Amino acid sequence: MIRRRGRILLHVGLAVTALISLFPFYWSLVMATNTTADIYRFPPKFTFGSQLDDNIHHVLTNIAFFQSMGNSAIVAVSGTVLVLFFDSLAAFTFAKFRFPGRNALFVILLATMLLPAQLATIPQFQTMVALGWVGSLKALIIPGAANAFGIFWMRQYFQRSIHDELVEAATLDGCGFMGTYWHVALPSARPALAFLGIFTFVASWNDYLWPLIVLTNPDHLTLQVALSQLNRSHGVDYSMVMTGALLAMIPLIIVFALFARQFIKGATEGAIRG
Amino acid sequence: MTLTATAPRSDVGTTGSGRKRPVRSYWRFYLALSPFYILFVVFGLYPVASTILLAFQKWDGLGARQMVGLQNFKFLIEDNTFWLSLWNTLVLFVMSTAPTLCLALLLAVMLHSAVRFSSVYRFAYFVPNITSLVAAAIFFGAIFSTNFGLINAGLRSLGLPTEDWLGQPWGIKIAISTMIVWQWTGYNTIIYLAGLQAIPTEQYEAAKVDGAGPVRTFFSITLPQLRPVVLFTVIMSTIGGLQTFTEPQVMVGTSGGAGQSGLTAVMYFYTQAFVANDYGYAAAVALSIFMLVLLVTAINWRLFRGRSES
Repeated sequence: MIRRRGRILLHVGLAVTALISLFPFYWSLVMATNTTADIYRFPPKFTFGSQLDDNIHHVLTNIAFFQSMGNSAIVAVSGTVLVLFFDSLAAFTFAKFRFPGRNALFVILLATMLLPAQLATIPQFQTMVALGWVGSLKALIIPGAANAFGIFWMRQYFQRSIHDELVEAATLDGCGFMGTYWHVALPSARPALAFLGIFTFVASWNDYLWPLIVLTNPDHLTLQVALSQLNRSHGVDYSMVMTGALLAMIPLIIVFALFARQFIKGATEGAIRG
Repeated sequence: MTLTATAPRSDVGTTGSGRKRPVRSYWRFYLALSPFYILFVVFGLYPVASTILLAFQKWDGLGARQMVGLQNFKFLIEDNTFWLSLWNTLVLFVMSTAPTLCLALLLAVMLHSAVRFSSVYRFAYFVPNITSLVAAAIFFGAIFSTNFGLINAGLRSLGLPTEDWLGQPWGIKIAISTMIVWQWTGYNTIIYLAGLQAIPTEQYEAAKVDGAGPVRTFFSITLPQLRPVVLFTVIMSTIGGLQTFTEPQVMVGTSGGAGQSGLTAVMYFYTQAFVANDYGYAAAVALSIFMLVLLVTAINWRLFRGRSES
């Protein structure tokens, strides 16, 4: 039994941590609505100002913001759709059907998760050169169109949530393999798809190293690379750069606010269950 | 992932049982699995094999490749910058992971005993994790900024001396680890919380009957029960932490800043490959990073797995 005072102390601790956790967002807003000179004086200004329009204007003149955001959106959305389709189809196959070589294929799939990305980076770049994809968004979308983590994670879900009898009944009703996948597996997997979808979208939106390497045309970047460029060339104008960073976060914050519950639940299930 | 993979489910050894069907009659299944394996062969297996070969070659990316045997590795051993980058990586890993996981465990225990506002706290703690590394690195670069950053303003208002954070080796490491702690504590808190919620309550009641206080209960019940989850977070932090790139690269630049204190192993790899175009040497660096990840993961596995009670 925790006594009253302990309980108050507990909530104070949790609340202070929450404030620290959220503070950067508040401070970013303060920076974005003031001039750099206002922020970097002593004592600094802690309230919102009226410079947001100016800062946004400067961001837009310094980098092709909307074009970069469009590129990021194309990559994140198409990548997510492909991952959801290919991963769930493969996961359903692994979870509910028997065929020669299934276990061996699954072990290979698990083993691929251990390979660190930079072990493949150089030849992958050369492959992109050979395919003529350097500088193109295809180079960001295609290599990640199916991934081991998603297949593994969705398979766990299908094994738990779909009974074998349901698959058999669908087959008896004349649903083919694809029909069963489409009409039985996908509708029952909505929560799992929601998690995998947000996870993939966020990872793709925030991806930095590979786009930095493969997008060689400075006028045709994703948002993260464009932001990093802005930071490199105008790093002194903190307010303006921070405004860019904030603008780049808006789509993610919206997606996260809409699906936070499923996302947090999904993220924990991956670690606990199995 | 690693953890779940160690607990196989019931479907063991089903392959090939039952009626004999020709393999080609299963084509639909193979077709359904093919996208992943095709992509893996083209963008995973082939590049990795190629990198391993490349580590024994000299290549500038344009001319012919030249077999040089172990020369790249010989150079690596004598390359002080390479060792510095490994050292920086390990120091940053410890400086960020240890506080992150301890703080996360503490927060999870606190959250577990607080009923009200739990979902609000979880949301607040988790948001940093979805923030882009580039945006977060810009932010932390700004508050640690030397002349007028918020940290220095805070120190000054307390009457303490200010520091040239991003201009000196330890300051750079502190700024980078602070950012990693901010971004990953919430994620690990949520994982630990789920682990705590999975512990059967009878165990706590039994401990209470035995007259165990909260501290003893924590060390004799909570921590042992939580061990698989701790292992999971340690392994994930190891794999992620040893490949740190974006935080220092955005905050102090590709060179690694003052004394190259922010130069991590993956940054050194990136520089050797895509700035210096010394692809063979970079491949050797990549292989070394892989070995380092395997080694540290194995060490952590031994440390945190404990006795093999299942």
